[in-house]
Amino acid sequence: MSTATLQPPSEESRPAPMEVNYLDVEYGVKSWLLTTDHKRIALLYLISITIMFFLGGAFIAVVRTHLLTPSGALLDADTYNKFFTMHGIIMVFFFLIPAVPAVLGNFLLPMMIGAKDLAFPRLNLLSWYLYMFGAAFTLWAVLSGGVDTGWTFYTPYSTASSHTNVIPAALGIFITGFSSILTGLNFIVTTHRMRAPGLTWFRLPLMVWSLYATSIIMLLGTPVLACTILLLAIERTLGIGIFDPALGGDPILFQHLFWFYSHPAVYIMILPGMGVISEVIPCFSRKNIYGYSFVAFSSVAIAVFGFLVWGHHMFVAGQSVFAAMVFSLLSYLVAIPSAIKVFTWTATLYKGSIAFDTPMLYAFGFIAMFTVGGLTGLFLAALGLNVHVHDTYFVIAHFHFIMVGGMVMAYMSGLHFWWPKMTGRMYPEGWGRLAALIIFVGFVLTFLPQFVVGYLGMPRRSHHYAPEFQVLNVMSTAGASILSVGYVLPLVYLIWSLGYGKLAGPNPWKATGLEWQTPSPPPPDNFAVTPTVTEAPYQYAKGVNVVG
Amino acid sequence: MSHMTQPDRYVLVFLALLALTAATVGLTYVDLGAWHSIVGLTIAAAKALLIVLFFMHLFRSKSVIWVIALSGLFWLGILLILTLTDYATRSWLTY
Amino acid sequence: MSANHSSLAHHFADHEQQHEVAVLGMWVFLATELMVFGALFAGYAVYRAQYPAEFAAGSRALNIWFGGINTVVLLSSSLTMALGVHGAQVGRRNVAVMCLALTALLGTAFLVIKGFEYHGDYVEHLVPGLSFSDQDWLGREPHVHPEKVKLFLFFYYTMTGLHGVHLLIGIVFMTVLTILAWRGRFTPQYYGPIEVGGLYWHFVDVVWLFLLPLLYLIGPR
Repeated sequence: MSTATLQPPSEESRPAPMEVNYLDVEYGVKSWLLTTDHKRIALLYLISITIMFFLGGAFIAVVRTHLLTPSGALLDADTYNKFFTMHGIIMVFFFLIPAVPAVLGNFLLPMMIGAKDLAFPRLNLLSWYLYMFGAAFTLWAVLSGGVDTGWTFYTPYSTASSHTNVIPAALGIFITGFSSILTGLNFIVTTHRMRAPGLTWFRLPLMVWSLYATSIIMLLGTPVLACTILLLAIERTLGIGIFDPALGGDPILFQHLFWFYSHPAVYIMILPGMGVISEVIPCFSRKNIYGYSFVAFSSVAIAVFGFLVWGHHMFVAGQSVFAAMVFSLLSYLVAIPSAIKVFTWTATLYKGSIAFDTPMLYAFGFIAMFTVGGLTGLFLAALGLNVHVHDTYFVIAHFHFIMVGGMVMAYMSGLHFWWPKMTGRMYPEGWGRLAALIIFVGFVLTFLPQFVVGYLGMPRRSHHYAPEFQVLNVMSTAGASILSVGYVLPLVYLIWSLGYGKLAGPNPWKATGLEWQTPSPPPPDNFAVTPTVTEAPYQYAKGVNVVG
Repeated sequence: MSHMTQPDRYVLVFLALLALTAATVGLTYVDLGAWHSIVGLTIAAAKALLIVLFFMHLFRSKSVIWVIALSGLFWLGILLILTLTDYATRSWLTY
Repeated sequence: MSANHSSLAHHFADHEQQHEVAVLGMWVFLATELMVFGALFAGYAVYRAQYPAEFAAGSRALNIWFGGINTVVLLSSSLTMALGVHGAQVGRRNVAVMCLALTALLGTAFLVIKGFEYHGDYVEHLVPGLSFSDQDWLGREPHVHPEKVKLFLFFYYTMTGLHGVHLLIGIVFMTVLTILAWRGRFTPQYYGPIEVGGLYWHFVDVVWLFLLPLLYLIGPR
């Protein structure tokens, strides 16, 4: 797995430190479980979130199978509720939120800024252990009976009525939340204080900007969720009455506190994905990104504005009409920075020399699907329309277009783009493109019908539906089965490539960026000599010097 | 290193803090009507400001630290203001 | 804070960078802590706006002397903390050790006093679920609902409880720092842990400064 070159006969038989890569430098379980190397921690996360992804997928595979018929008999109502809840909890908290930041961000951030590691390497390891501890709690909750409240844990059902494992599941999320907070803290401090000489803010790769913006959200939103979960647990145990109307409490307060985090959380999920796209598109169109500062500022704008719109999840919950109008207006405003990004990516493509490698295929898929998802978000932000489609499959389709069509595709794009850097191996390009195509087709077939069926009135979170919706549901399930094939393929060929993939050099894509100036896989300290940066990023027009 | 701390100033700040504490407790026994809370919170804010500026050295810190401190306050403001907007306007625009 | 040899971690260029990173990291962490307490403040604000009479009545039932004395204790501990940081910065080990130890002691005193206060609350029927009695609150002027008074008390215990947990963590932190300082671990070049410990301690103090008027001083007595 190392990029070993023939050693000239020299004084030392042991390779010079910079010729050992981070995978070879030490062997053994302890060297992995006690590592403080950000690259190894990224791989630990990669394994964990992949497992959680397929687990979350398994739950929904059963649900989609159950939904083949209007009065499906595969699951009874209570079990059905548990399955979609657990799909949601696992996917949101244990896959989507950590995926790009904890895997790609951890691996790449220090390298992209020319640093040897993150600011707090041991906190980084602690972050992973907290994630695992939280996952273990949640899995225990799942295995010992499950939770049926929906991933949103609305009160008073979750505090007073549900007879399922609410508190263990909530505690699992509480613990994992600290993983998120510590990662964000690490990223922010690293970006501020550990940039290489000459690397000013406006010479940073846009991936770094988006990780920075993501970190702002992780830091300032997650604590509120933590406190809210604590209150939920106290209420459920002691019956205080803070959220229970029967005891004088207000369930809408729970929703305010919950969504204060959970709306910005969706920006935690999408911003790093956008960062990936901002790296991939210039590389595969051999062009400088159009409107660098627009993209950079829009990342921060999304992070800030994203905190001002949470009430759009509560239009029909009972909040004041005035507040609903304010949140509706702000929701329209938050779409603007995202739209700016789509414009700049498209403008970058214009007159570029476009290559259709796997990362680029996923990037195209991202732009298309994210645009649809984003536009349907505007539908939902309109108060009148929201009343009609709230709690229907329209909402489900909207967020899956963004999360699966957007975020997961961006994650796949980044995974493939940086796979050679992380492992020193190329994945098989033919299979990569095939899988991307299968995923795209499967995705559209799964979720496009859900817009239709939702608009027609099929409610979400219901184990039975009206017979006239069956055809669209069957299409959706068929799409889901294609999608699952699409996801299994990379699992197989990426693992295959570890042993049999073509050796990648330092820069197989001839990309700009400091991470491509080191060997693949990189040495433990990333750079033999701390680089000095003298020019802006994405200087593709000048031609890229491939090192080594 | 980055800045030198000043022990004399700390003692002065401490005395000011004690005085403000005495004031805030003493004022409890005075009926200020609607101003009661505002006065109490203002004194608390003054004490907090003294601690943050002097004990926590914000006064002599780099601007990035100021940005972080102010951002924290700003975000707390978002949470409080937008949430309270809902409750304060429940009776507006009813149908 | 590496093991035996150098006090400079390998991924930093110099001690100054290491120190700045530590301070920056703690300030960022404190911003997150502000949001944790912020969620409680938000809940408190919502219910106080809706039930002002009950919140005022509940507040009057709390013992202001405990509140006031504890405030003085905590402010004193902030002074000793600041002096401890100064001692470390100028390399006066004994001053640093003494001040850190005093800080931990004062923090412990706060918790002990709080313990007595909670006991007193229990005796006076102010613990919902354990010793609260609706009868105590009926028939008062102005009219109050016992349920809403319980809600106030819930916030009182949760906010002071969460604060107490943070203080306990701070005391452990201070104790560790005291021991390390006594062992000569810190120098004028390397005292970042003490400074960030100080930032954390002062933050916990500031939270208390707001809890005092919000919980104990809602209305005139």
